[in-house]
Amino acid sequence: MKKITLSILALYIGVLAVFSQSKPNSDSAYRQRKLTFAEANIVSSYYSQDGNNSAITGGIGTEKLTDFSNSFSIKLTRVDKKWRKHSFDAELGIDNYTSASSDRIDMKANSSASYNDTRIYPSLNWTMEDDKKGLTWGAGASASREFDYFSFGSQVNVAKKTKNRMGEFGIKLFTYLDNLKLIYPVELRTGSFIPRGEDYPMAARNTFGSSFSYNQIINAQFQISILADVILQQGYLSLPFHRVYFSDNSVHLEQLPDSRLKLPISIRASYFAGDHLILRGYYRYYRDDWGLSAHTISLEPVIKPTAFFSVSPFYRLYAQQATRYFAPFQQHTAANTYYTSNYDLATFTSHFYGAGLRIAPPNGILGWQHLGALELRYGHYSRSNNLMSDIVSVNLTIK
Amino acid sequence: MQNQFLPFQLPKKVAASLALLLVASLGCLSISSCSTVKEYQKNKLNDSEMVLSNRKIEKTELSFLSYREGASGANAGKSGGGCGCN
Repeated sequence: MKKITLSILALYIGVLAVFSQSKPNSDSAYRQRKLTFAEANIVSSYYSQDGNNSAITGGIGTEKLTDFSNSFSIKLTRVDKKWRKHSFDAELGIDNYTSASSDRIDMKANSSASYNDTRIYPSLNWTMEDDKKGLTWGAGASASREFDYFSFGSQVNVAKKTKNRMGEFGIKLFTYLDNLKLIYPVELRTGSFIPRGEDYPMAARNTFGSSFSYNQIINAQFQISILADVILQQGYLSLPFHRVYFSDNSVHLEQLPDSRLKLPISIRASYFAGDHLILRGYYRYYRDDWGLSAHTISLEPVIKPTAFFSVSPFYRLYAQQATRYFAPFQQHTAANTYYTSNYDLATFTSHFYGAGLRIAPPNGILGWQHLGALELRYGHYSRSNNLMSDIVSVNLTIK
Repeated sequence: MQNQFLPFQLPKKVAASLALLLVASLGCLSISSCSTVKEYQKNKLNDSEMVLSNRKIEKTELSFLSYREGASGANAGKSGGGCGCN
C-alpha cells in the first residue's frame, strides 16, 4: 500500500512538473522575442497558351502567349511579451511574357516593343495571432509594375474564433490603386491619343473590396469555409489597345462602363477520408453588374500513401454567361454605347485538369534537412471557344 | 437541372448531391457546434493539404485563370490589381 501511495505521489509530481509552467528567465524570454526564420518558398511556373480570338485584333487573330514566372518568398516569426505570434512575409515575383497579340497593337510592324514585357511584383504582409483571445490581425501592401501598368495594393484583415474555437469569422478590406498608360492601336492614335516619345497619356483604375469568411470545423476529419466578396472597380476599365470592328467594318476602341460591381460567393471543403485520402472541393457563384455570371466547381482528391508523399489529380469546371457588352467580330453597331470583342468576357465553358505531386521527407529532400518539401504540378486548360493552354509549376520549400 | 447560365445539363443526382452538401453545411453552421474537436484530435485537420485556402504552387494558375475568365474573387484568384491584358 505504501508503495502504491508513493508511486501515485511520484506520478502526480511528475504530471505537475510536465504541465506546470516555470517562469521563463529573462534570457529565454529574450530568445522567444527574437525574429526567427520560419520558411522560404521558391515558385516557378511556365505557362503557354494559344487561341484565335484576340481582343487586340477585334476578336480574331492569334492569342499565342508564353509566361515564365518566378517568385521568392520568406517568412519570419517572433513572439512578443504577451505571447502573441507575429509573422512577416516578404515576396518578390518576376514574370517575363511574350505575347503575339500584343505585338499587333501596331499591325504593320513585324515585331514591336509590345511583343514581350517583364512584370515585377513585391509584397509585404504582417499577421499577429493572439491565441489566448482567438484573434488574428493582419495588414499588407503590394505593388506590381510592367511597362504600361502600375498597381499599388493594400489590405487589412481581422479574424475571430468562436467561443468553442470550432469556427472563425474573418473580414478583409482591400484596395488596388492602378495607373495605366493609354497605348492605343497605331491607326487610332489621333489628337491627344498620340504619345510624345515614351510619354503616353495615363488613366486610373481603382478597386475597393471587402471579403467575408467563416470557417467551421465539422469534426476531426472535416472542415468547411464560406466566403463572400463585395468588390467595386472604378475608372478606366476597358483596355486601350483592344479593337472592336463594327458591322460596317469601321474600327473603334473598346468601350466599357467606368464602374463594375462584382459579387462572388463560394464554399470550400476539405475532408480526410480514412488515413490516405483527402478530398478537397470548391464551388463558386459569381455575378456582376455587367451581366456576367459564372459557376466554378473544382475537385481535388489528394492520395497520401505515406505522410511524406502525395499525388493529387484535379479537375475544375467553369461555365460563364457573357457580359451584355460582348459581341464577336463585326457584330456591334453604332447603336451600342458599350462594346467589346474580348472573348474572356464571352459565353463559354472551360475545363482545367492535371495532377500534382508533393514530397516532404522528414530528413529533407535528398537528405538535406533544410529542403523541406518539393511540389510539382501540371495542368491543361481548354475553353469551348478554342483557347488552350498548359502550365507547369514547381515549388521548393526551405525550412 | 437546367440552368440558364450552364450551357450543359447537370445530372439530377449530381445536382441533388451538391444541393444536399450545401444544405448540410449551412445546417451544420446554424448549430452552435457540430462536434467539439480537442487540440490533440486535430492532427488530420492540421495536415498541410487540408488547408482551406489556395496553395503557393497554384499562384500562377489562379493568376492566368483570373485573366482568361470574367469571374474572380471569393478565394479563387485575385479580384483586382495588375493589367490582365496579355
